[in-house]
Amino acid sequence: MSRARKHLAARVAIYTCLIAMALFVLGPLYVMVITSLKHMSEISSGNILALPHIPTIAPWLVSAHKLSAGFLNSVKILIPSVIISIAVGAIAGYALQFWRLPGASLLVLILLIGAFIPYAVFIYPLVRILAFFGLFGTLTGIVIVHTTFGLPVMTILFKNFYSSLPVELFKAARVDGAGFWRIFASIVFPMSTPIVIVAVILQVTGIWNDFLLGLVFAGRDNMPMTVELNNIVTTTTGTRFYNQDMAATILTAAVPLLVYLVSGRWFVRGITAGAVKG
Amino acid sequence: MMKIWLRRNFSALMALSPALLIVLVVYVGCTIWSVRISLTDSHILPSDHYVGLHNYVRLLNTDRWNTSVGNLVFFGFMFIIASLVTGTLMAILMDQRIKGEALFRTIYLYPLAMSFIVTGLIWEWILQPTLGIQKMMRNFGFAHFHFDWINHSSTVLYTVALAAVWQGSGLVMAIMLAGLRGVDDEIWKAARIEGISPVRTYISIVLPMLGGAIATVTVLLALTVVRLFDLIIAMTGGGPGDSSEVPAKFIYDYLFDHQDIGLATAASTLMLGFVLVFIGPWQIWQWRRDVRGAGR
Amino acid sequence: MASVDVIGVRKAFGHVEVVHGVDVTIRDGEFVILVGPSGCGKTTLLRMIAGLENVTSGEIRIGGQIVNDLPPKMRDIAMVFQNYALYPHLTVGQNMGFSLKLKKASPAEINSRVAEAAEILGLQSLLDRYPRQLSGGQRQRVAMGRAIVRDPQVFLFDEPLSNLDAKLRVAMRAEIKELHRRLATTTVYVTHDQIEAMTMADKIVVMHGGIVEQIGAPLELYDRPANQFVAGFIGSPAMNFLSGTLNVKGGTPHLTLADGAEVPLHKAPAGSDGRPMVLGVRPENLLVAQEGLAAEVGVVEPMGSETQIAVKAGGHALICLIRDRLMPKPGDMLRLAPEPAHVHFFEAETGRRIDAV
Repeated sequence: MSRARKHLAARVAIYTCLIAMALFVLGPLYVMVITSLKHMSEISSGNILALPHIPTIAPWLVSAHKLSAGFLNSVKILIPSVIISIAVGAIAGYALQFWRLPGASLLVLILLIGAFIPYAVFIYPLVRILAFFGLFGTLTGIVIVHTTFGLPVMTILFKNFYSSLPVELFKAARVDGAGFWRIFASIVFPMSTPIVIVAVILQVTGIWNDFLLGLVFAGRDNMPMTVELNNIVTTTTGTRFYNQDMAATILTAAVPLLVYLVSGRWFVRGITAGAVKG
Repeated sequence: MMKIWLRRNFSALMALSPALLIVLVVYVGCTIWSVRISLTDSHILPSDHYVGLHNYVRLLNTDRWNTSVGNLVFFGFMFIIASLVTGTLMAILMDQRIKGEALFRTIYLYPLAMSFIVTGLIWEWILQPTLGIQKMMRNFGFAHFHFDWINHSSTVLYTVALAAVWQGSGLVMAIMLAGLRGVDDEIWKAARIEGISPVRTYISIVLPMLGGAIATVTVLLALTVVRLFDLIIAMTGGGPGDSSEVPAKFIYDYLFDHQDIGLATAASTLMLGFVLVFIGPWQIWQWRRDVRGAGR
Repeated sequence: MASVDVIGVRKAFGHVEVVHGVDVTIRDGEFVILVGPSGCGKTTLLRMIAGLENVTSGEIRIGGQIVNDLPPKMRDIAMVFQNYALYPHLTVGQNMGFSLKLKKASPAEINSRVAEAAEILGLQSLLDRYPRQLSGGQRQRVAMGRAIVRDPQVFLFDEPLSNLDAKLRVAMRAEIKELHRRLATTTVYVTHDQIEAMTMADKIVVMHGGIVEQIGAPLELYDRPANQFVAGFIGSPAMNFLSGTLNVKGGTPHLTLADGAEVPLHKAPAGSDGRPMVLGVRPENLLVAQEGLAAEVGVVEPMGSETQIAVKAGGHALICLIRDRLMPKPGDMLRLAPEPAHVHFFEAETGRRIDAV
């Protein structure tokens, strides 16, 4: 074979693999979407990959109605949790990076290990503590829980980012007469935009997608969308309405998918930064 | 002296106080509390009566726990190896100066934005035999086509791993691709001049250079394994039988359904020990390197 | 403007002491340069003066007032950093006015003082730019502008020219010196570059291993180095050292080298007969002569105005700098003799200078 043909064959093979993989990855999304647009009769008789003969949006309306409370709960949990966890992490990361405090490195070590401890270890004592303060099953309670479990990654994320800034900036600001909070507000935080974007992406997708913490700590009145989705789909008795289930699934995935599509490359930075050092 | 120090660092201490409180109360306090409960004869309510390792003995004699641990190890190996291989191959293909890289990247990474609950529900739907792929193939005329792994205890873990790899291989791809892009172009030129084939160059030169990236990815995937809970809930509910039960679900069930907190905390303590043994040294190593580097 | 007194200052990081008791007196308006190899403690000392590091023991006074426990902002100092430390999200004007804003100065006052400093440094046209849009030299100037705006008691410079290329460094050297002449503000300047120290300072403090080796005016250090370290550190190419034993034969002293070769001398320290000694001769004072130490020529580097010749003699590698257009070839043999008025003697054990009589 000539070199050019060999080259061409290699290119064809590469693209074939890439496209096959793309189809595999896209497949489930495709199945979800078309199933959500079918009537139940078509689902039970037809084939899972076929396009709907007579499309319907009825399942979407039903699911949207069923999930609206969960959606609102998720939003109510999401906004304060994201803001507070990022604020706490950013300030802690700043204090740990720029102020030499005794024992600070021990704190960092606990956070580094804490990021990997399974939630299951903390659940029971945490339930008791929150119950003691009357916060178990409340919005405040679940926000505290998300802040708690977001703390290691957020703190280390910001600390690592701040360690890449020249320390002289901080020293210059001290000589210029700025104190702890002023340096943070006027110098350090305004330079943090890229890492704040990364942190927002990480926390929005992470907290929205959370299931276990919402299940345990949010209580009946604040049940997030993921928990409600699972209840609708897996605990219904009688006939299962797969079209409604799929519509509900898409609706639950919509917010993080939107974040993903809008943020593009930032999302990649986010998930790789979430590696907690690498 | 103390006063001056406090005045100088007061703001910093204030700023750290929420983090400090969380670390002391939750990461240290709750861990110790949890371990303590595991040594008492607590059932529905916590008790102060110490029974030594009794709960651990009970735990190790509980079939469901042993099955859960076995399942997690089996799933973990399959998931980590399959994700690493798929993701790395994808990264290498993506590194061939292809057209439409941004599009492929967008496609490969979207599952990462989704909840494990969502992933579990989709795959459950596709894999269940009555309406999923099996039915489709039978409709096409393959009357004896069988694909009901999700309903059999010997095969159900493969389906869970399939769903997890579907979601996780994009992460491997992204991190490995970043690593590949970081490899100096000169290395490639040198290899070409020495007549080393591209495949050989990847295997013998480039991938070994990406040790750090591989380690990072493996730790991340291992974290997914240890926390595995949502996916099981949405996809199999632990069944058929106990065949896809995992430790996190065991702990949850014994805390809230069976109300045997002594046994549940013994299980969580074992998980904690497992994590500390495997991830602790790696993190301590990173931390020491950091502390030294931060000298000035 | 103020004097700065450093009295018995020590600094330890944990158990490691890096500054071992330093005394320096800086008069009002003086330009003092702390110079030494890296790790000598000069930057730590500067940071202690700035208040960025705590003093472990001893005293630092600015304008007579003890400042040990004062935070940087209350010391009335300004500092220029090696990497300039310009705030990247603020414009040049905002960078320069930042400290005044923190002092709650009125916008009108900030503007006039920034404009004044900008004029001194020729930055008027750059005030609305961001640091990333500036060249290295311009950034350097903005960093100085930020210091000038504050009109402080003391200027502190931490290796401010290290990030510039050689040509710009020479230009900025002159500019900083001129600035000091105009403002006459007390200045403490840290560098590892002895040429910077020689060309700019009123007074040089040579540090090494956490102690002060010598303090003095540039030419004083050059002509009468207090010890072998200072002698070798100040001056480029560095001073040649010949170690041997001093012998007085028939009234004229000689230095006998290890291999038996002899260097004839005109004078020697009192009572030095038979003592081990290090003889220091600067390259320009090592002359090619009819009689003297036999030396084999190594590398010859003509630079136009002068020629640098590396030679081997009596087991020592030496450098001589000659202004004659003498062009020896590698391998040639020369005779070298030190200029009698310009030899330095150092005690072999301690490295301390001993004056000849």
